[in-house]
Amino acid sequence: MAKAHPSGANSAPSQLPLADTRAPAEADGVDTSPKVSEEVKHSTCYMCACRCGIDVHLVGGEVRYIQGNRDHPVNRGVLCAKGSAGIMQHLSPARLKKPLLRVGERGAGEFREIEWDEALQIAAERLGRIRASDPKKLAFFTGRDQSQSLTGWWAQQFGTPNFAAHGGFCSVNMAAGGLYTVGGSFWEFGEPDWDNARYFMLFGVAEDHDSNPIKIGLSKLKKRGAKVVAVNPCRTGYNAIADEWIGIRPGTDGLFVLALVHELIRAGRVDLHYLVRYTNAHALVVKAPGTAEDGLFARDEEGRILAWDKASGAPVDALTPEIDPALAGSFQVNGRTCVPVFQLIAERYSAPEFAPEAVAERCGVPAETIRRIAAELAHIAFEEAIELPIAWTDWAGRRHETMTGRPVAMHAMRGISAHSNGFHTCRAIHLLQVLLGTVEVPGGFRFKPPYPKPCPPNLKPAGKDGGKPMTPLSGAPLGFVFGPEDLLLDEAGGPVRIDKAYSWQAPLAAHGLMHMVIANAWRGDPYRTDTLFMYMANMAWNSSMNTAGTIAMLTDKDEDGGYKIPFIIYSDAYYSETVAYADLVLPDTTYLERHDCISLLDRPISHADGPADAIRHPVVEPDRDVRPFQTVLLDLGARLGLPGMVDEDGAPKYRDYADYIVNHERTPGIGPLAGWRGRNGAEFGRGAPNPDQLRRYIDNGGFWQHELEPQARYYKMANRAYLNFAAHMGFLPEAEPIVFQLYSEPLQRFRLAAAGHGDILPPKEERARLKAAFDPLPIWYSPFEGAAVGEKDFPLSALTQRPMHMYHSWGSQNAWLRQITSQNRLFVHRRTAADLGLADDDWVWIESHHGRVKGQIRLVDGVNPETVWTWNAIGKRRGAWMLKDGAPESEKGFLLNHAISEFLPGDKTHSNSDPVTGQAAWFDLRVRLRKCDPAELPRTEPRYPPLPAPAGLEPPPGKLSFGAQFRRWRRKAS
Amino acid sequence: MTGLPETTEKSLGLVIDLDTCVGCQACVTSCKEWNTGGHMAPLTDYNPYEDGADGVWFNRVHTFEEEPASGCGEGRTVHFPRSCLHCAEPACVTVCPTGASYKRASDGIVLVDEDKCIGCKLCSWACPYGAREMDMDVGVMKKCTLCIDRIYNDNLPERDRVPACVAACPVGARHYGDLGDPQSAVSQLVAERGGVDLMPELGYRPVNKYLPPRERDKAAPPIAAPALEPVAPEGGFLGWLDRVLSR
Repeated sequence: MAKAHPSGANSAPSQLPLADTRAPAEADGVDTSPKVSEEVKHSTCYMCACRCGIDVHLVGGEVRYIQGNRDHPVNRGVLCAKGSAGIMQHLSPARLKKPLLRVGERGAGEFREIEWDEALQIAAERLGRIRASDPKKLAFFTGRDQSQSLTGWWAQQFGTPNFAAHGGFCSVNMAAGGLYTVGGSFWEFGEPDWDNARYFMLFGVAEDHDSNPIKIGLSKLKKRGAKVVAVNPCRTGYNAIADEWIGIRPGTDGLFVLALVHELIRAGRVDLHYLVRYTNAHALVVKAPGTAEDGLFARDEEGRILAWDKASGAPVDALTPEIDPALAGSFQVNGRTCVPVFQLIAERYSAPEFAPEAVAERCGVPAETIRRIAAELAHIAFEEAIELPIAWTDWAGRRHETMTGRPVAMHAMRGISAHSNGFHTCRAIHLLQVLLGTVEVPGGFRFKPPYPKPCPPNLKPAGKDGGKPMTPLSGAPLGFVFGPEDLLLDEAGGPVRIDKAYSWQAPLAAHGLMHMVIANAWRGDPYRTDTLFMYMANMAWNSSMNTAGTIAMLTDKDEDGGYKIPFIIYSDAYYSETVAYADLVLPDTTYLERHDCISLLDRPISHADGPADAIRHPVVEPDRDVRPFQTVLLDLGARLGLPGMVDEDGAPKYRDYADYIVNHERTPGIGPLAGWRGRNGAEFGRGAPNPDQLRRYIDNGGFWQHELEPQARYYKMANRAYLNFAAHMGFLPEAEPIVFQLYSEPLQRFRLAAAGHGDILPPKEERARLKAAFDPLPIWYSPFEGAAVGEKDFPLSALTQRPMHMYHSWGSQNAWLRQITSQNRLFVHRRTAADLGLADDDWVWIESHHGRVKGQIRLVDGVNPETVWTWNAIGKRRGAWMLKDGAPESEKGFLLNHAISEFLPGDKTHSNSDPVTGQAAWFDLRVRLRKCDPAELPRTEPRYPPLPAPAGLEPPPGKLSFGAQFRRWRRKAS
Repeated sequence: MTGLPETTEKSLGLVIDLDTCVGCQACVTSCKEWNTGGHMAPLTDYNPYEDGADGVWFNRVHTFEEEPASGCGEGRTVHFPRSCLHCAEPACVTVCPTGASYKRASDGIVLVDEDKCIGCKLCSWACPYGAREMDMDVGVMKKCTLCIDRIYNDNLPERDRVPACVAACPVGARHYGDLGDPQSAVSQLVAERGGVDLMPELGYRPVNKYLPPRERDKAAPPIAAPALEPVAPEGGFLGWLDRVLSR
């Protein structure tokens, strides 16, 4: 098996130092061996969510240079544009300096600086009152932070079900679609087998998710000559270097994928052996229309799912090894008609509606292209199958001499996820992967431990009772539902949660619906809240749909003069747009000033070859009166006396976050970090807290990684060596095989409820929607917004993506990165522009059913002609981020969010979300373009009054000579 | 006005792979970050937090769309990193009135001696590649040094003695070595991949080379996959499933 270069990603002979690196004689006086730094500290980058290892060079306590850590499992020494611009983020003039208390009207940006004690006292008093009366009146929502195992646990101990992070508008469709189907998903859950794949399909990934690993992987594929196929309306970034770019119409990927499935099934080119071994393709489904059992699995008396064994001519436990299961046919079991799942799959997708000709126009992909891609997939999977000479033993104890690989790898992300049909599209992609036998095999898609998990994981959302005063929830607020009985509903069947997650409107909302919190709290639907507590979530700007409306809601008052959202606590390191809307601001540190753990309990950085985790630690001391948010949260928890955060005598249990990282145990022996556990650090995974653990991480370059033995690296869902390891590590409750759920029974349970079966029934007005959306097999339907507004009136899809140099980041205030991009254009296909009478550089109104925003266009060829797109979050509010008024970000940069509604068109009940998961459907946006009157000013609208600089922040410098000090230092030193 | 060495012992330079460059700007900021504290420090930024932000950068990436050569079929989006090419016959040196710009005889790197530079900008007018960067704050012309303060630096671990951009590039699209030695790994890469000079007709003989994007002809995909034919089973559509399948 090809392994990553131990000395880093860029280790080709043509990327190494000269064989002799002694400086040649050259009488020009150049110092070729200057001192670089006084000290190098290893930590973890936080310029995006990729979490690469960094080596930080320091001179006199200042950051001289940040380079990638060559030994780190994520980035192998490379570093992206953001990572190398980290110095400018760390030194941003927009860094908050001290806690702030609002003194003017909300949104006016008028604050006074207060001491931490006062700030924490204000927060603790308020939250204490809430906890003692009605804990759900605290809505605690975090953004792109990486400490959700702490924040979720804090919410649980506080007793509020109203907790989530940003996953609801990021990629919950991807996560849930994967976890309900194959027990994992892309990115943090799994990765392409970059070292063995020969064909790679990339769906809906623009420049992002995740950053450096995809780039390193693409480089490997290119070197080996593997074919890269990019399915994306926009031909930028990764899509630009693909061998084949399929400029699909947004929101039709599912249809395209199901047409590929149609072709493969029609030709019998699916891996049947794989299906019967690792999936529920042979499980028997009851066909009893009109009854409460219809569509559920046939089970025996012990509740085991049955299959039909052709050898014995009888139903048997579907998990039994060595049976000869029927994949087709109709069988009588206990007097009921049953059919294998695969029969349903074959019937469904061989139907003419999925034929390439039938979908070509809708997808914007020629039928012949669909047929050719299907043929290529089948060819690579079956004719170019690979065998790794690695013997392994499966869960049933059967030894296999080799590992068969089908070298077709796939990866998908936001462009698939952010549609109202995204959940099913994700499932469709996994169906395609599984039919080809490419999941968790050499050359295919590989899980990263702790994944795969049972599909779905047996972790149900807590908070059914809505939270009781002074009482922790019975479990974590976020989890996975198996049927209507797991929903969080009040006595009237309405939502328990403020965001309506786990209600009939978003039953599988595994990441919550952060995008609806402000709108719901403002409307008092389902109820009013007291305090909205947010961290690192720019909800007053680029993280909300309907930004103008959100700003209005944040400042709207009741008749009695109080704010409709009574109190807002916000923590951020920078003067983002949202700071101005907080009543209390808790200033966070930069990523170089703090402890963090990149935990297996949270969002892991594992490699498919083994689990890994990492830390951040302060490489420089803060020069401001700021505190790491996680430390502040633990302090607040202690002040509130939350269980687990105080000792028996009520004293704080943890000194700070670092103390928590080392000493907190979620279950005995399992804590935030897996490495160097046990009193002497000799254990990993399970073991007592080790007081020296952080030191061991620092000595190891900031991370811990365990390499699985070769026999455990593939077929993890059924590999005995891996399953035993996973059970030992606590990744799985027990070493049982994981069965991929091509047919999803939990979905069918909701559909039965929609048909009136069972005790927990949806209201009548929700039933049609549930019945349509909860198909147990992947389906495709038109994205809701386009279907509602009419594609004639709004003929264009409008998308956003972050540029790679600002992906997932807080970048457009960064002195270096904003020199690369400080204005976003609306990219329009040349032909489309010509039809509309538009020319390059024209200013246009981008109009949706909801609102409009003004921006400047740029004509391109590399985009689907019915799609326009722009770089996201370049547009800034005037005055925010300490950018001076007149900066292009606020004069010309525009925010497409103004055109996106948080509700479906003409519907103030249903959010603009996927009906299954509640994922924000911001890629469903449909627009029309109208050329601006040339008399209008060439600047963006809507336009807001500038935010004033808050107390304590100084005006930014007019010039930066960063680095001159190091030259002086070298001169002095030499 | 400034002389060139007749030959150089080595011709150190970069090879940039346009087939894999995704335009991520990693080389741009890693270069900025190293060099703003490096040999020519600082790389000044003007108006960094307002309109008109601009600064000194030794390396920039441009993105453009290329029409297909045949005039029909698919175009492509190309990302094009641009920095000093360390030409064998650099006009920027010969035009320099003070000897500030010079080409090293040992390794061929083109440098600026800041003490001799009078900021006359003749070199930036002469360079057809736009590789020169005037630092208006100090009135000195600056440019890519090929990380001369890294590649021989005893204070760095041996494996880090490569230009910052080469170390950082996440897609491994940047290569470094002696392009004067036909046996070197970079020269062989150039030979194998048909590497090209930028604007060779100008006669400055750039040392840096660009590897062109690989051919992508949609009519003939690289995979000889036969079209899928329907299975024609006995016993109806699902008959092909009726073979023995053991779990």
